[in-house]
Amino acid sequence: MKIFLAFIRKEFRHVWRDRRSLSILLGLPIIMMLLFGFAISNEVKDSNIAVLDHSNDLMSRQLVDQIGQSNYFTVFEMVDKEAAIESAFRKGNIRLAVIIPPDFASGMSKDGSSIRIIADASDPNTANIVTNYMNAILADFLKSNFSLMQEPLSIKIESRMLYNPQLKSSYNFVPGVMTLIMMLLGTMMTAVSIVKEKEMGTMEVLLVSPMKPILVIISKAIPYLVLCFIDVLLILLMSYTLLEMPVRGNIPLLLGESLLFILTTLSFGLLISTLVASQQMAMFISLVGFLMPALVFSGFMFPIENMPLPLQIISNVVPTKWYFYILKTIMIKGLGFEYIIAPTIILCSMTTVFILLTLRNFKVRLM
Amino acid sequence: MSAISVKNIEKSYDKGAVKALKGINLEIEEGELFGLIGPDGAGKTSLFRILSTLILPDSGSATMMGLDVVKDLWKIRKIVGYMPGRFSLYQDLSIEENLNFFATVFNTTVKKNYHLIEDIYVQIEPFKKRRAGKLSGGMKQKLALCCALIHEPKILLLDEPTTGVDPVSRKEFWDMLGRLKAKGITVLVSTPYMDEASRCSRIALMQGGNVMEVESLSNIIGKNNMILYALRSKEMHRLLKDLREFSGSLSAFAFGDEHHVRLSRDEEAEELYAFLLHRAHEMVNIRKINPEIEDVFIQLMQEQHS
Repeated sequence: MKIFLAFIRKEFRHVWRDRRSLSILLGLPIIMMLLFGFAISNEVKDSNIAVLDHSNDLMSRQLVDQIGQSNYFTVFEMVDKEAAIESAFRKGNIRLAVIIPPDFASGMSKDGSSIRIIADASDPNTANIVTNYMNAILADFLKSNFSLMQEPLSIKIESRMLYNPQLKSSYNFVPGVMTLIMMLLGTMMTAVSIVKEKEMGTMEVLLVSPMKPILVIISKAIPYLVLCFIDVLLILLMSYTLLEMPVRGNIPLLLGESLLFILTTLSFGLLISTLVASQQMAMFISLVGFLMPALVFSGFMFPIENMPLPLQIISNVVPTKWYFYILKTIMIKGLGFEYIIAPTIILCSMTTVFILLTLRNFKVRLM
Repeated sequence: MSAISVKNIEKSYDKGAVKALKGINLEIEEGELFGLIGPDGAGKTSLFRILSTLILPDSGSATMMGLDVVKDLWKIRKIVGYMPGRFSLYQDLSIEENLNFFATVFNTTVKKNYHLIEDIYVQIEPFKKRRAGKLSGGMKQKLALCCALIHEPKILLLDEPTTGVDPVSRKEFWDMLGRLKAKGITVLVSTPYMDEASRCSRIALMQGGNVMEVESLSNIIGKNNMILYALRSKEMHRLLKDLREFSGSLSAFAFGDEHHVRLSRDEEAEELYAFLLHRAHEMVNIRKINPEIEDVFIQLMQEQHS
């Protein structure tokens, strides 16, 4: 036990003194979260709009206020004739214009379609998205203000977005980023750490001692286990405070499953390290050979259901797929352990296989 | 019982393409300070790695304190202190941390075996907080020796411990090895420096995967009773050619700023002198010298080749 502690202390010192790697370990999740949270996003926020209000009464002004208060739109200018809208589009000042008819307050009961929305479709995706936002706001407004009025009998389609009613992109990328970071750091860092001992020649001295391989392996993994766990906490904290995305499910369960996944990635990293001879090779295998499939098959960027059957089958052996599934189930759907028993068992068995292979491959001699 | 016994050890790399050891035999007694002398590529490191259980021999057998290097792997690793040729401690840990770590790995403490390393450790102690990577070559080797000694090994294997170390540190290092010998620890040390051979109780001259001779230094020199002359002249290059052409010379080779020539009888020196004057050499200087280990080594190498 004392030997084991000495090993762990030594590993922590290695990690602590290698400031460059340490800053990657702790900086990467922060950067990725900020990037995905604020820079890369499917949401279109704060679009400038122009409003042409022909009716200009209490009701129409209420509507304009409500539009302006949403996160999605900023009222850039109020115009008084349609030609002004045209020029605002040309200048590129606005993405969307709303024209409110003169009989807005009174005419509502007759025909709800008299409001016109004009969008700049030079970027069709954005135009589509902002138009949908505006439609939603208008529908909301009409419903709350005219609900008592008689409507003509008609079938209305009302879609309900379960679990993520606002279609926030953070619901997808927070689990995705967590999965990728664990995979990247857990696998690469540990793979490099054992190989480093070989390259520096320290393995030669370590081997000529009565220490047992299992001790070396476990002690190598522990500092990274701690660091990866800190990363998980960091990401959760950031997603809660900065992105306002609460965890719906059981937090201890989420942390427990994360710990399991970290173990999976660490044991995989250790396995790589027993198979390669140089740090570059270890890095290359864990980055190219593993990060790519981890990214493609996690379901984070591309839906697995749309892949051809052979690829769908392959995706089953990629641990990220299961962790991503677990994360979404707990964080977004808020479901309990009974819904993730199968993925948990799969991750457990993967970890066991990796550890057994590592132990088998760990050489007690130099060659 | 021999401390180290090596019988017909063979080892080759790259599927037999490179033969590193070609059937080595060695018997080293307990408490000996035994030197493996030979140039790079002689097979010294391969032998060290086999003895320290790091690699397996292709054939032959070896025992350390009676324990087989293949079967008794874990027992040997407890009683051996090994210092590889390349500095192999943790560069990002301090002197103190390295030493404590290796003490713990061997399930002991620095305190318990401090008496073994005291002589060496006091020299590096002022820098004990410094990271090992920032130490000078001599200090690194002293630290490595401390780490190899801290578990009170019965056998110490030192692979070229003085390579790349300044002359003063080299001398200090060998002084320490002498004290370890006095404490009864068997030390097997390799070196490419022939002048260090005189510090060993016995040496083995290695070349091309073979052991050429195992003796004490004085015995080796005495046994190979050589009649040796050192020569200089104005034209050193032509001199060497002419020395080789002289009918009485057994061998001639450049040695520092002189040429050494081996003759079969002392009387031939006169003839040689006359021969050189005849060949129009100027300022010829000839004197009889006592052979050193290098001379013996070169002679043995030549015998092996012919």
